[in-house]
Amino acid sequence: MTASSKQLEMSRRAREGSPWTGLWAVVFKEMADLLTSSRMRILEVLILLTAVGAVYAAMSQIRESIGRDPFLFLKLFTVSKPPIPSFVEFLSILVPLIAISLSFDAINGEFNRRTLSRILSQPIYRDALLFGKFLASFFTLALVLTVIWLLIIGLGLIGLGVPPSGETVARLLLFLLATIFYGGVWLALAMVFSIVFRQPSAAAMASLATWLFFLIFWNILAGLFANIISPVRMGLPQEVIAQAQWQIALARFSPTFLYGEILAALLNPAVRQVGLGLLLPLLPQGAIPGSPLPLAQSLLLIWPQFTGLIAATILLFALGYVLFQRQEIRA
Amino acid sequence: MSKPVIETRKLTKRYDRVVAVNNLDMTIHQGEIFGMLGPNGSGKTTTILMLLGLTEPTAGEVRVLGLDPARQPLSVKARVGYIPDQVGFYDDLTAVENLMYTARLNGIPRKEAMKRIEEALKRLGLGEVMDNPVKTFSRGMRQRLAVADVLIKQPGMIIMDEPTQGLDPEGAHEFLNIIRQLKDEDITVLLASHLLHQVQAVCDRVGLFYKGRMGLSGTVEELARQYMKGGYRIELEVEGDRKAIERALQQVKGVTEVAYLGRNRYEVRAQGDLRAETARAAVLADGRLLSLNVEAPSLDDIYVRYFQEVEHDRVKQAA
Repeated sequence: MTASSKQLEMSRRAREGSPWTGLWAVVFKEMADLLTSSRMRILEVLILLTAVGAVYAAMSQIRESIGRDPFLFLKLFTVSKPPIPSFVEFLSILVPLIAISLSFDAINGEFNRRTLSRILSQPIYRDALLFGKFLASFFTLALVLTVIWLLIIGLGLIGLGVPPSGETVARLLLFLLATIFYGGVWLALAMVFSIVFRQPSAAAMASLATWLFFLIFWNILAGLFANIISPVRMGLPQEVIAQAQWQIALARFSPTFLYGEILAALLNPAVRQVGLGLLLPLLPQGAIPGSPLPLAQSLLLIWPQFTGLIAATILLFALGYVLFQRQEIRA
Repeated sequence: MSKPVIETRKLTKRYDRVVAVNNLDMTIHQGEIFGMLGPNGSGKTTTILMLLGLTEPTAGEVRVLGLDPARQPLSVKARVGYIPDQVGFYDDLTAVENLMYTARLNGIPRKEAMKRIEEALKRLGLGEVMDNPVKTFSRGMRQRLAVADVLIKQPGMIIMDEPTQGLDPEGAHEFLNIIRQLKDEDITVLLASHLLHQVQAVCDRVGLFYKGRMGLSGTVEELARQYMKGGYRIELEVEGDRKAIERALQQVKGVTEVAYLGRNRYEVRAQGDLRAETARAAVLADGRLLSLNVEAPSLDDIYVRYFQEVEHDRVKQAA
């Protein structure tokens, strides 16, 4: 290490004050901006349509089973009436879109408005600006999702006339949390792209392309790679299982897949196994099908997926953080 | 001389292979208006960013108000206002809302902030439009808003990067008056620009930047004396014997160069205002003095001369 870089290291370590000075000022201002922006108006309409449409469809399907199903409320979220998809199907598309639309212009927007150097010349660190923007988007996303969630439960209460059980509420709360963090991944991704690309449209396109890649192509590619890594030569069951395990391991790199697994376990208490169970429904599950798992067991099942989503959010944010710290702020 | 508020010693910034700022030594004193002059890419903005701790120096030392911007960026940024080149605001927010954000980032309590914001906006002639969204503002209004924006934190020093660029002549003139008022409040102003006559009009001292170095610095007169040798240009119109007049003019003390421009007109280069002396010499040489004009050295002349010379030296060194 040269003398000058050592000196630099020293000065970095000795940085005065908290990196979060001014954080809440950024969060409040950004949230106010997001909540009053026109894109929020569009999202609100979209959300309302989705919630009402999905609940209407689900309601007409599940009316007949009222009184028999202890997890009736969960059905509200998962049951579909073709051609209207179920609410969770809607969500897995809508959440990434909302998240991307909230943060694709977070940093490059400041660049283009030429406000970045003015803001950074105030007594705050870059950390506060980036984290503040992330938190503002994250809180906004959480707010939006909580509103949809409450809306559906409210509509369900009116439509079904049966209050949800305690466990149902717990499952729904965890489902909401998982959905928020699933959005967090896309939020952090769009933010990274907003640092990398100077054009907001380029950042939006890159985020959407990544999302489509994971939504459509990654599962196909996972199957292909699994076939290459662990081919089925003799048609033995263990070969088939080995290949399926590879495929799942690869597919789990996709946040969409992880989210799907979490939803399956949380919203359908009868699901006893995720991953293999989803891919190979004919495999013996070692339990009587139809008997619901207690919440703790369901949670145990998808704990790795849950933490995986949170970890992905943090990792992506950290990547954006490093990129932003290194960026020259002059236009 | 009062105490220095900015001091740099052997300040250097390298981007990969490009040296943006090269061993810069600069001292700026309390309460003065200092103009950084130089072509684009001469290292002015990079120097400013290092002064604010927004970019870390590769080598060398900086002190701003006695603080090291790399170690104490928050204290420096709390005391120094910065108006960047082509400053931007949030267009959908009003002037007050924009400044309130700045105040909150500076940790100023809301009530106090509101007081300071109203004061600053009124002072800069934006009192009428303070609740209008900034997107309705003209370029000149934005520039004044930028000054109000830095005044919120009651700075000891303001750094401006190309503040009058893109303003119409009236707007620029107004803006220069604002800068003069800041000086009256003992606020040090550092001004980076390439609009020379404006810098000359307002700055106490200037520094010429070229390829990351400050080649010359001092007051305009000092620079003219040191650098231009004959800073003053006197033009005489005299009828009479050309040779005699030329000889007489050359003998005046302080004259460095005499040239005949044709049609009885002579150009004299001198170290001071030698109108009386040259007129006397011309008359004593039996000339009929018809007109007499003097041109004080302008920053343009110094600037052009300086860059010609550095370019010349560079070519010579390369050869």
